[in-house]
Amino acid sequence: MTWETVIGLETHVELATKTKIFCSCTTAFGGDPNTHCCPVCTGMPGTLPVLNRKVLEFAVKAGLALNCSITRYSKFDRKNYFYPDLPKAYQISQLYLPIARDGAVPVHTGAGDKTIRIHELHMEEDAGKLVHDPWIDQTRADYNRCGVPLIEIVTEPDFRTADEVIAYLEKLKETLQYLGVSDCKMQEGSLRCDVNLSVRPMGSEEFGTRTEMKNLNSFKAIARAIDYEAKRQIELIEEGKRVVQETRRWDENKDATYAMRSKENAQDYRYFPEPDIPPIELSEEYLDGLRSAQPELGEAKRARYQADYGLPEYDSQMITSDRALAAFFEALVELGAAPKQGANWIMGEVLGALSARGIEPKDMKLTAPTLARLIALVGEGKLNRNTAVKVFEAIFDTDGDVDAYVKEHGLEQVNDDGLVREVCARVLDANPQSVADYRGGKEKAFGFLVGQVMRELKGKANPQTVNTVLRELLTR
Amino acid sequence: MKLRELTALELGAAIQKGEVSIKEAAQAALDAVAARDGALNAFITVTAERALSRAEQLQAGVKDAQSPLYGVPMAIKDNICTRGVRTSCASKILGDFAPPYDATVVDKLAKTGAVSLGKLNMDEFAMGSTSETSFYGPVKNPWDLERVPGGSSGGAAAAVAAGMGWYAIGSDTGGSIRQPASYCGVTGMKPTYGTVSRYGLIAYASSLDQIGPLCRDAADCAAILDVLQGKDAKDGTSLDGQYSHLLSGLTGDVRGLKIGLPVDCYGDGLNGEVRSAVLAVADALKSRGAEVVELAFPVMEYVVPAYYIIAAAEASSNLSRFDGVKYGWRAEGYEGLADLYRKTRTQGFGSEVKRRILLGTFVLSSGYYDAYYKKALQVKAVIKGAFDKAFQQCDMLLTPVAPTTAPRLGESLSDPLQMYLSDVYTVSVNLAGLPGLSMPCGFDSKGLPIGAQLIGPHFGEGVLLSAAHAFQLDTDYHKRTPKGGDLA
Repeated sequence: MTWETVIGLETHVELATKTKIFCSCTTAFGGDPNTHCCPVCTGMPGTLPVLNRKVLEFAVKAGLALNCSITRYSKFDRKNYFYPDLPKAYQISQLYLPIARDGAVPVHTGAGDKTIRIHELHMEEDAGKLVHDPWIDQTRADYNRCGVPLIEIVTEPDFRTADEVIAYLEKLKETLQYLGVSDCKMQEGSLRCDVNLSVRPMGSEEFGTRTEMKNLNSFKAIARAIDYEAKRQIELIEEGKRVVQETRRWDENKDATYAMRSKENAQDYRYFPEPDIPPIELSEEYLDGLRSAQPELGEAKRARYQADYGLPEYDSQMITSDRALAAFFEALVELGAAPKQGANWIMGEVLGALSARGIEPKDMKLTAPTLARLIALVGEGKLNRNTAVKVFEAIFDTDGDVDAYVKEHGLEQVNDDGLVREVCARVLDANPQSVADYRGGKEKAFGFLVGQVMRELKGKANPQTVNTVLRELLTR
Repeated sequence: MKLRELTALELGAAIQKGEVSIKEAAQAALDAVAARDGALNAFITVTAERALSRAEQLQAGVKDAQSPLYGVPMAIKDNICTRGVRTSCASKILGDFAPPYDATVVDKLAKTGAVSLGKLNMDEFAMGSTSETSFYGPVKNPWDLERVPGGSSGGAAAAVAAGMGWYAIGSDTGGSIRQPASYCGVTGMKPTYGTVSRYGLIAYASSLDQIGPLCRDAADCAAILDVLQGKDAKDGTSLDGQYSHLLSGLTGDVRGLKIGLPVDCYGDGLNGEVRSAVLAVADALKSRGAEVVELAFPVMEYVVPAYYIIAAAEASSNLSRFDGVKYGWRAEGYEGLADLYRKTRTQGFGSEVKRRILLGTFVLSSGYYDAYYKKALQVKAVIKGAFDKAFQQCDMLLTPVAPTTAPRLGESLSDPLQMYLSDVYTVSVNLAGLPGLSMPCGFDSKGLPIGAQLIGPHFGEGVLLSAAHAFQLDTDYHKRTPKGGDLA
């Protein structure tokens, strides 16, 4: 029998607000334990949550970008459970009236195009974390993460392959990054994904019994866990056994999933409306304001780069892979750089320098006007490309002054044809063997002669001119 | 000058004029505590040294005082957070918890120059109508030590009645200010939900809780509410609005005011002496030019069940944070996390609190939510509708506060259901978020105070206080003090 895998995702995304969802503590990652918290986010008696309006704005922006309908009258609810990382013993979340519902995300995979439906998007607070110290056999609570704002995005069970899941997550990540609502760093936990998976005979309309997988820390882990879990379920059924509805934990080291808890001991969260936070009513003007402020997303940019700038698909893909990079590219073009030139510099030198230094594009010092000037100098024939790359390396970390650097180091390209001619003649005289080789048909010797001329001119000559003059002298 | 007989405003004026020093006033109140509180048990914590040093500090600034309550000694119910001072909610589970922050009301009162004498006894976590469920022992009624002072702000009402401070700050979730005010012969007000910040009030039922004053008379209530009310950025449920100055609105003029008598509140179960005394209020206001109309309020049988479902549901969630992990009291001899929770909560909470946590947990449970909690919310909407309809026919409602005067100690503990039913006149006000005022309107044959309740529409504080003030201009029930006060 052939089997079909059915997958739905629940993705938790940490919002990039400066402060927490219900108090003014910082959301900064890290920090010594319990230094990013206050009586409100640690749920001290008598304190009250007050909604951070920026969280609402970010959630609505995300909802709009995922083509959801935004709930005009939305509420928070309490999800009650005891655990030491949850100091109020309830999480403030949204169950009955989530901020956004019924979205749609188009994704592309090698197998074609597909739309993933979004069931809902809701706001909630993160919990703290427990750190177990095996040396003293004690568990300690760190409440720094308590109250960090999250959105949870729940899809319909629309995925059939790991490829589709990854394509969706890439798209989601890019969209949220372009919106500026999250940095989506999986390694810091700002994008976390739970995978609901079941299998059924191909062609069947009914869903099989699903399991939920947690602790998936990378796209790679997600893809592997999906393959593993689908195979595990199929084998169970083919052996005549039954899939148990349960939560399973992905073990990265063992490449396998393990049962955490079954539905039979599932908790009753006793959700009810949060009485401390008034319902949120959104006006048409508010939504219009956010709609008109939505930035151009990656998809639209790629299309525009290809149509308006004639960039190849590969280039547009590379440049739009990061919001800051795309903004940098657009600024270059704005400053007069030829789009393809700009793209080449970004894909070559800029990405190379960033990766060598382990820096994110958004943290790059180099500004667009500086690189635009460098590109212009090459275009004007004042620097040759190789020298320009050296200048680039020299000024990259400090966003140094291109003109000053070129002048200080005497790097202007030699465009004096007379001087080039003179040096070429001298080089030919000094290397009769190479001249003979070239004339004997050894093209390689020509390269050597060019190199000699460039060396005499300290690399500043226009390579084009050197080529022309040498050929001319050699064919005489 | 007998300080004990002054209202808070009168004492404030005497302090302004230099007729009495703030320290003298504070010392007089502390003397009263020393003399009477052994018998009454109204205080859980007395901060005598703090009060006296604060009194001295304030005396230096008396010339620049802005508030008519400057320097007046008062006390605070023990479910309202006071920085560095034990705030126990009368529960074992909070232990010696001293919050690192002040409630917004405490902050506001401090800024107006209040002198706090300490923290007042109450029903544990404000759950009770008698102030007998306190871990620190029951509060006694200053009018009869064999009787309860009402609850849950029983310590607050008893303290004001017995001259241990000139006013008190309490909280009211289902009648917890109004009913003890009634049993102890003082004037108390539960303001419109959202007009006084709840920040720092340890929650019982968040959608119903409201902080308010217990005082000698309506004018004092007005002056204190002028301090307390207003939008607070720390409480998302606090309301923006045009807050009128209540004290200056007290004219005694009730001409043309329409007083509604909901006939459903005067039926079976209401003690005859209480009925007569409350109806006499209508007559008194009528003689000042008010109009009295009878009207139907056909929701009385639903108010107690709806209240106890909603309040218990919220309480079960609000009190979950008391788990022995972070602060307060922790049980000893536990094995593992679940056992830590179980032992701490089993031993740390009293039986009334546990009863309500269990009830609330049950009504929110999967499979019961729709039948109980959701239905109770629907009933709440119906009750609101009944009030809306009533206020189309009148400016305020006049009802009893409780069906009887103060019961004997112990009676209610043995029959919690009977105790719940005695909240019938007060809980609907919380469900609808309305302002309610309780004032002394007579005494029964046993010499126990009787209270009358005035209920107004949203933001109707001004009209309620005005009517109460008018009544108090013509009567002296509010001026009487229990047996000269020297009980001990």
